[in-house]
Formats: sequence, structure tokens, C-alpha cells
Amino acid sequence: MLIRKPADIAPSEITNASLYRDRRMFLKHLAAGAAGMSGLTTLDAGAQQAADKIEQFTRSALSTKEKQNSLKEVTTYNNFYEFGTDKTDPAEFAHKLRTRPWTIAVEGEVAKPRTFAIEELLKFPLEERVYRLRCVEGWSMVIPWIGFELNKLVKLVEPTGNAKFVEFVSAVQPDTMHGVHMPVLPWPYFEGLRMDEAMHPLTILAVGLYGQILPKQNGAPVRLMVPWKYGFKSSKSIVKIRFVEQQPKISWERVAPHEYGFYSNVNPNVDHPRWSQATERRIGEFAKRKTLMFNGYGEHVASMYAGMDLKKFF
Amino acid sequence: MRPGEGALRRIKVVVFTVSLLPLARLLLGVPLDWLGVNPIELITRSTGTWTLVFLLATLAVTPIRHLSGWHWLIRLRRMLGLFAFFYATLHLITYLWLDQFFDPAAIVKDIIKRPFITIGFSAFVLMTPLAITSSNAMVRQLGGRQWQRLHRLVYAVAVCGLIHYWWLVKRDITQPAIYASVLALLLGARLVWRRRPTRPRAEVRAGRR
Repeated sequence: MLIRKPADIAPSEITNASLYRDRRMFLKHLAAGAAGMSGLTTLDAGAQQAADKIEQFTRSALSTKEKQNSLKEVTTYNNFYEFGTDKTDPAEFAHKLRTRPWTIAVEGEVAKPRTFAIEELLKFPLEERVYRLRCVEGWSMVIPWIGFELNKLVKLVEPTGNAKFVEFVSAVQPDTMHGVHMPVLPWPYFEGLRMDEAMHPLTILAVGLYGQILPKQNGAPVRLMVPWKYGFKSSKSIVKIRFVEQQPKISWERVAPHEYGFYSNVNPNVDHPRWSQATERRIGEFAKRKTLMFNGYGEHVASMYAGMDLKKFF
Repeated sequence: MRPGEGALRRIKVVVFTVSLLPLARLLLGVPLDWLGVNPIELITRSTGTWTLVFLLATLAVTPIRHLSGWHWLIRLRRMLGLFAFFYATLHLITYLWLDQFFDPAAIVKDIIKRPFITIGFSAFVLMTPLAITSSNAMVRQLGGRQWQRLHRLVYAVAVCGLIHYWWLVKRDITQPAIYASVLALLLGARLVWRRRPTRPRAEVRAGRR
């Protein structure tokens, strides 16, 4: 009888992870090529989508009518550093994320601190919001999110007069997220908004996209979406929302304060120190587009920043 | 190991073919959808990565000769160096065309204003005379000593290329650090050997006889 002993050497010590991934990508490409010819891939994807459908949601007048990026684009190319720093990493590794049970603790300067289970959040009246998303790296997409305005949740906990800012804390699951073992960012991922930004009707908590529950790589089961700010401001997989008096120091600001600021409003006139923010590549398009002030949401949000020097408060 | 002329020719054909595989992957990747949803970014990254790989391969020839005594490897070095220039040219064209859309004002501004572009562009400029003077005729025309002095620029090219990579990375420096370690090893070996000139060649020959 053959008795298997655990190997003395972990596979990761023999093959470096990126080589391993490259090989898997290569194999996947081969497989995808073969399957594509026989029409197998679409069947599989179709079955998956049916299982995760969100049945009831309304459409919002705040949605853009621009051409939406495909589900494939939205789910195979994004940043979610907890699962690695390549933009294909979330799609490859986030399936490990445990999304049940899931709760969001809402606490701090509030009269009624409370913990919401994800099942309660899914019972909020949901609407579809098709928003532009502009990444600080210079690419953008148009994504049909499903969610509800953050202010609806905020009103339930009754913030006190001391609540000037809102902090968002994302999940850390050391066993499912290999990225949190890297000192790339301080973990957990930490974000924040000013109170008026958090209460703004454009600011939503998203629980789905494209009519289905939020894919894990996009920040399941619940994430923030603040469409006039660079993408990193919209925290994924949120576990805690805290109301505070002082402006919080967000994760990216802690590691590179000269490159990433608290506000991080999309602004074509304020460059990242290392690259221009004047243009962007909309995923799926060949030519670059001009980046719009506040990502095109200026008529809704510009008044919140009246009189502020946006070069200083970047 | 000392291949004959025929074998060497075959080795060269193999190296040449293999060196074209990264390009083949990009060319086939567009119609076959291998390049993900942001193919332009992937093409930019890939041509840059392969430039660095070929630069390091070129710089590895001398240390490997020292260690192994395979002096015929020198006959592959020009090809490796020219492939580095080839991928660097593709990398630059990708930037000029697909990133800047040949807008001269934007390009000049970018090169001056962005340190990582400045240094990457410098690396390309420094590579150009090396590519131009790579033929046998140019070696003869310059004379061996002068040619060699000019071609020491490759060290500066590699260092500039590496800094270019390091500076463009958003936050996770794992990959550039790996390239930097290899480059440090290859350049460090040269310093060590220069200080204590060993003659492995003579030892190997003596051992064989």
C-alpha cells in the first residue's frame, strides 16, 4: 500500500508563483482556444450567471447612457491588492473569498451603533446605477452596479454632531488573501469620506453588477462606489463603517502621501507625480479619451468643493 | 563543449526563432484574444519586459563564458543584443503610437516631465549607437579597442532600463527587484573578475589536455 507523506518542499518553493501563473494562463489560453471553437465556454458562463441573479431592482435616472463595458471586461481586469497586484489576479484568486456569513459593523459617533448582516443589506430597495469608473492608473470603464445609497444606511444609525468623516475598513482573510501577507499596503485596507461625500446621493453601497450578485473579484459581498473619485476610494468587501471627528489617514496616503491624497477626486488638471491624468483609456477603446473633471459628475458634486484648492487637497 | 560551425549555425537558428516567440505571442494574441481586456497595456509591458530580458541575457554571456569555458557563446551575443534593441524599438513605438498617438507636443512634454519616461528614453538613445555599430564592417571601421569602449554603454543602458521599470511600478516592487538582483549579479561578477583576473580559459584547457 502506498502511504503518501506530505512533501518536505512546498510546491511554491520549487516553482515561483508568477511562473506558475504564466503557465496556467498559457494552458488556459490553449483550453479557451479549443473550447471557443466548440462553443463550450458560453454554456458554462451562462449557468454560473443564472445562479447569482438579483431579481428585483429599479433603474436610476443617475445612470449614464454610455456604452457599458462587458461582464468579461469588468470581471477580469481590476485592482484588488488583497489578492495580488496584477490586474488579472482578482479574477484568478478571489474565488477563495468567504462571503457568508458576512456582517458590517457600523459604529463610532452614532446614536444607534448596529451590525448589519449581508442578508439585511440585500433587503434595502436596490437600484441599478450605471457609473463611469476612472482608475488612478489612467484606465476607465462603464459599469452597471446594483446597490443603494449609502445615506439610507447612515440615517438608520443616526450620526451625532461629532461625525465629520466616515471610515471604511475592508476584510482581511489571511487564509484566502495571499496579498495581505505582502507589505504592499497597510492592512486592512482603509478608506474614508467626508460626511457630505458619504451622504451624497451618488455614493452607493453596491451589492451587485450586471443583474447578478457582486462577483468576488469586484469586492463581494458589499463595496462602496463613489463615481467622481479615483477607483481606489471605493473600498471593496467592507466589514466596518466608523463615524469619526478627525479626517482619517487612508491606506494609500500612508504609503505614498505625495502621490495619493484623502480627496482623490478625478481631476485632469492635477497630475499624478509620475503620470498625467489628462487622458484615460476606456477599456475596449483604441484611442484615449480626455478625462473629465470629477469624472463627469461635476454638476452633482462640484459645489461640495467650492473654494477649495484642489491642487492642495488632491 | 565546443560546437562545430554547422552546429553553431543551427544553434543560432534556434536562438533566433525562440527570440521571436514573444513577438509571435503578441501578434497571434490580438486575433486569438490572449491579451486580456487591455491589450495595449499588455503589449507595452511585454515589449518592455523582453527588452530587459534580452539585455540581461546579453550581459550574461561573459560571466557564463568565464564559469563554463564555453567561449563560443560570444558568437550569440550580437544577436541577443540586437533582439534587446528590437524589443526596445517595439516598446518605444507602442508608447509613441498607442499611448501618445504621435502627438509631438505631448511626447516632448512627457519625456521632460516624467522621470521614468526620461530615463527610459535615455536608455533607448544610448542603445541606438550600439545597434548601428553592431556589424562586422563597423567593428573594423572603429577598431576593436574603440568599438569595445563604445559598447561599454550597454552597462548604462541596462541600469537606465532597470530604473525606468522600477520608477513606473505603482507600489509592488517585487518584479523590478528580481531584475535588479540579476543585473547586480552580472555587473558584480565583472567587478570581482576585474580585481582578481583569473584565467579560467587556461585552466579549462590545461584540464582537458
